[in-house]
Parts: sequence; C-alpha cells; structure tokens
Amino acid sequence: MRWLLLKDMQILWRSKLLLGLLIVYPIAIATLMGLALSSGPDKPRVAFLNQVPENRSTISLGSEKIDVSTYTDKLFTQIDRVDVPNRSQALAKVKSGAVLAALVIPSDFTSKLSNSGLTGASVEVIYNGDALKQSFVRNTINSTLAQAEAELAKQVNRLASGYIDVILEGGSINIIGAKLKLLGLTAAKDLVDSVLADDPRPATRRRLLPVQDFATLAVANIGLAKSVLNTVERPVVVENTVLSGRRTPLDAFAVAVAVTISLMFVCVLLASGLLALEREENTFARLARGLVPGGQLITAKVVLSAGCAFLVSLVMLVGISAFVPLDWGRAWMWVLALAGGALAFAALGVAIGSLAREVRAASLLAFLLSLPLAFLALVPSGGVSPALYDVIRVISAVFPFKPALGALDGALNGSSPGLGQSLAHLAALIAVFGVAARAGLRRFA
Amino acid sequence: MAQTKTPTAETPTLVVEGVGKRFGDRQAVRDVSFEVARGELLAIIGPNGAGKTTLLSIIGDIRRPDGGTVRQLGPKADKRIGWVPQQTAVYSKLTVAQNLRLFARLEKVDDLDATVQRMLEQTALTERADDELGSLSGGNRQRVNIAVGMLADPPVLLLDEPSGALDPRQRQRLWNFITGLTQRGTSVVFATHDISEAERHADRVLVLADGELLFDGTPARLHSESGAAEGEDMEQAFVAFLRAQGH
Repeated sequence: MRWLLLKDMQILWRSKLLLGLLIVYPIAIATLMGLALSSGPDKPRVAFLNQVPENRSTISLGSEKIDVSTYTDKLFTQIDRVDVPNRSQALAKVKSGAVLAALVIPSDFTSKLSNSGLTGASVEVIYNGDALKQSFVRNTINSTLAQAEAELAKQVNRLASGYIDVILEGGSINIIGAKLKLLGLTAAKDLVDSVLADDPRPATRRRLLPVQDFATLAVANIGLAKSVLNTVERPVVVENTVLSGRRTPLDAFAVAVAVTISLMFVCVLLASGLLALEREENTFARLARGLVPGGQLITAKVVLSAGCAFLVSLVMLVGISAFVPLDWGRAWMWVLALAGGALAFAALGVAIGSLAREVRAASLLAFLLSLPLAFLALVPSGGVSPALYDVIRVISAVFPFKPALGALDGALNGSSPGLGQSLAHLAALIAVFGVAARAGLRRFA
Repeated sequence: MAQTKTPTAETPTLVVEGVGKRFGDRQAVRDVSFEVARGELLAIIGPNGAGKTTLLSIIGDIRRPDGGTVRQLGPKADKRIGWVPQQTAVYSKLTVAQNLRLFARLEKVDDLDATVQRMLEQTALTERADDELGSLSGGNRQRVNIAVGMLADPPVLLLDEPSGALDPRQRQRLWNFITGLTQRGTSVVFATHDISEAERHADRVLVLADGELLFDGTPARLHSESGAAEGEDMEQAFVAFLRAQGH
C-alpha cells in the first residue's frame, strides 16, 4: 500500500494547480474567516439633514426643556454622518451612491414632539442601493433610532416621575418662570384626617369623607404610576435560560462550520478523484489483477486524502485562532475530531469515486452530493415543518457532514452531542462507505 | 506472408480448455480451446464484437470464465501472465521510470533497479526515462505500456490491439520489439482486427466470430482454406472464410 501512497503523492506533487490550491486554500479561507469574525461591518455612510432651526431644537415638558440634539447625536455612533445643507443635496448623494441613505429631520420635529408626544413626530429616511444594502442600512437606522427614542423616553420618564413625587409628597414646580409650591396628596390627606377628627359634625363629615377616601386611595396607589411609566420605557425584559442544545457562541460555531466544510470538500474531492483516476488511466484493471487487493486500494486513497484534508483543516484552525480565541487546551480533541471527520469524508469520497469512470465526473458528483447535504445539515429545528425536519435529520445522519460538524463543535466548544458520540457515528459511516466503495469497485471490475 | 517460426519447445506454456463467458443473454466466448508454445506469436483475429478482448481478459485473469480452465505449464508456470490492455494503462502524471518502478515494486520483482533499466533499454526509452508519460507520443506510451506488462518477465504476454493507435513507423518499431521478445522465449498472444498485421507477424492465427473459435492454424493455411480466389489478399481471404462459415 505504501507504494500506492507514494505514487499518489508523486501524482499530487506533479499536479501543480491542485497542490497550489491545497496550500493556498486553507491559508486564504482561515484569513478571510478570521477577519470576518473578528471585525464588525463598517458604519454605513448616511447623509444627515437637520431642518430644525437651532433656536427650536428643544422641546418643553412641563417646566423643563429637553435638547433633542443630545439624542440625535447618539444616532451617529453607528452611522458615518455626512452633513448636507438641503434635501435636494441629500437626494443627490443617495442617488449617486455616495451615501447609502439620507436621514432628514423635518423643521417641525420638535414642535410636533412637544405638542403630540413621542408618537407625533417623524423623521424621513431615503434609501438607495440593492436590497441587501437597504436592509443593512434600514436595520442600522431603525436600531439607532430606537436607542435614541429609548433615551428620550427615559428622560420623559424621569420628569414624569418627578412630577408624581411632587403630587404625592408635595414640593415646588416651575410654571412659566413662576415657582409654585404644592401641598401634595399625603399632606392633603393628613389635613382632611385632622379636620374630620377635630370637627365631627355630620354635615362636615358627609362633605369631606369622599375627599378623605380619594386622598387615601390616591396616596396608596399613585406610586403605581411610576411603575407603569417604567414599564412603558422598557416594556419587556428578556431573561435567557437555555435548557438544552447548543450553547456555542455564533462566531465559534461559524469556525466549526467553515472548517468542516473545507474538510469535506478537500477530502471528498480528493478521494473521489484519486480513485476515479485509476479508471481514467485504465490502471485499475492492471492493479486489480492481484497486484493490489481492492481493500488496499481503497484504504490507500482514504488515508492519503484524509491526511491531506486533515493537514489543510488543521492549518485553517490554527490560522483562525489568530483572530478568534480558541481553547488550545482542547487541541487534542480538535485532532480527534478532524481525523474522524476526514476519514469519514474520505470514505464517502471513495464510494463516489467507485461509481465514476473519470476524475471530472467524480468531482462533479462529489460536489453535487456534498453541497446540498451540508446545507441540509445546517437547517435548524423549527426552521421547517416537523415532518420535513425528521426527514432532514435522517438524511443528515446517513452522511458525514452533521456528525463531523458535531465532533468539531464538541471539540472546539464543548457543545452537545459531544465528541465521543459524534466519533462513534463517524466510525459507523466510515465502515458503511468503505463497504459501498468496495462493492462499487467489484461492480466495475 | 509471415515467416513461419518454429516454437522453441514442444511443451506448451499456455493451455486454454473449454473456456466460455456469457454477459446476460449474449454468449461472448463459447467453449474455446487452444495451446500456445514457448516463443510463439499467436494472433487472435475476428470482426468487432467477436470476443477477442473477452478471451484475452479471461486468460489474463481480469475476468473469470463461466466455464473452462486456463493453465500455464513449463519452468516459469508460477509467474503471472503479462497483460497489456488496448488503451495504455499507466500513469500519465508520472515519468517513464516512475511508472516502471511502481509496477515493478507491485510485481515484487527481485532486482528493482536492474529490471527497470533493462525495460528502459528494451523499449529504447532510456533517454526519456525522466519524461512525464503524458508528454510522450502514442507509440512511446504504448512501449511503456508493454514494458509494464513485461516487468515480471512473464512466460506469456497478452496484447490487446497493440498497434491500434500507432502510425506505420511506430508500428514497425513495436513489432520489432515484440519479435525480440518471442526470440527470447516469451510466448505472445495478441488480439487484432488488422488481418494484414496478423498475416505479417503471427506464427499462428485463431479466428474468432461471435465468441466461437472457427480456425486455428497458420496464416497461409487460413488463406488456402478460405476459398478465396488466387490473387486475393489476406483480408479478402478472411472475409471469404467468415462468409463460408456463416458469419
């Protein structure tokens, strides 16, 4: 078998393009993956036109004034702001593609906000570009507007809470420059209580008792209004509880997916191609005349392609670790997961190669089979109907992508179902595809 | 007409007895029996689909027959029969020497370097030893193809349409090479549908049609028994013979 391995390595060595791809591919993919995962997207360039006059940039809430520019400025932490002097310039910049969108704050923004509350005012956003860019900009602007709204709501909440406190406990407020002192409901109730205690005349009691009841109820319940305001400011609080399944952060899972896909393609294409090459060169019949038993021929192809793919994916992982933090203490698990996955993919590759008479046909078949299976394996539960998901689970279990991904995810991130179970699954698939490849060779012998 | 050579030994090196092979409903080879002497050059001729390649692949242990036996006799009977398929069966990405070395290792030859060197010399490819096979001409590739079949020094060499893709000059070189092998005692069995080539080079011809062995004898005898008119060439004689046999 070692001579077959040597021969295949000599052939690979002489196939400059393939060899170059095997070296360049993992480095390029690892670099791209690392950069993609370690750096966020650029801020979208957005033209900004604020038509609100400078002397009208505040809104009045009771006796207090809020400067809206404090909140509009917060928009630009996630947006690359390009100031424009008027609406036609904003439109021109959007049309020319100089900016992805324009955000226009109309001149009546603050007056509407003052008169109609938070729902009365509006801003205009003008988009251009393809659907993907529009979606990106829309999401960015919507989220930043939501943040600004939340800030504004917080300020309003703070003011309103202050007024409630004054109404309840008493204090002073400013109305059009005049400072007014308020008694407060608690003190008012105390006064009514004392009057009723000092003057037990039925007529007085009859007239003051409803006031006393109102004051008692108001004192007891007006504090709830603050809770209601807090609820409006932040209506839903999300508490995360994961009962089972994946706990892997998305970027760490993306590393596992990328490396598994690379492992699959290198392995399946190489194994299927190396076996089909024996047919294409007409050497299979010569080898099968007792020179090399079929099992040895298949083993040689599996070992070589799995070895190459293992090295490629290991280089990828090491490269990615320069950008994304990976736990090097689990490196021995990476090795096991990559080795198990590589052998299973190589076994699938030789099974495919045993069906094809030419390298090109084998490569095409390998590609056509592998890619959809990888996509299927990534379909999340709940993404499709339960019956369809059951079918997808069965199909994914019959091919190595899902268990290989499970093994690598387990090795990298310690996620379920765990390395051991995935490796056992892969071992079963290696045996099945090895037997299938042997049967395929016999059929064409 | 070919010069009739006398085989160098009485004992046959190869005995084929009652070999048959069926593919589904089609009987590819029917109860074929013949012997090959040491140093003999035997041609199997017949129209396309006659069963020539199937018969060679059975003798070469590529296919199992449904019935019958193939036996080797003589001092080198334990050695594998050499087999050279119609299409070159060597690795085009390896050099000539790498191909020879690989198959010599797989054949487990005793002296690897000496064997490779000998085959390079016999095929006159010593100067092209380090050339990638894909860069060689069809004739040179076929010489390497034959050399690989000869690596283990087999007592019997099977060649399937050995000169099919060669130009006349390359064909002449090839036949000189094969004749040299028979002179050194190797029995050569080749299949061809080129009747004139069989007439020119073979000591003996087998005529196969629809899997049936119709004739076993010298080319001269085939010509005389064909019923062809005087002056007609071997190809015309062969066609006349087949017609007379109902094919």
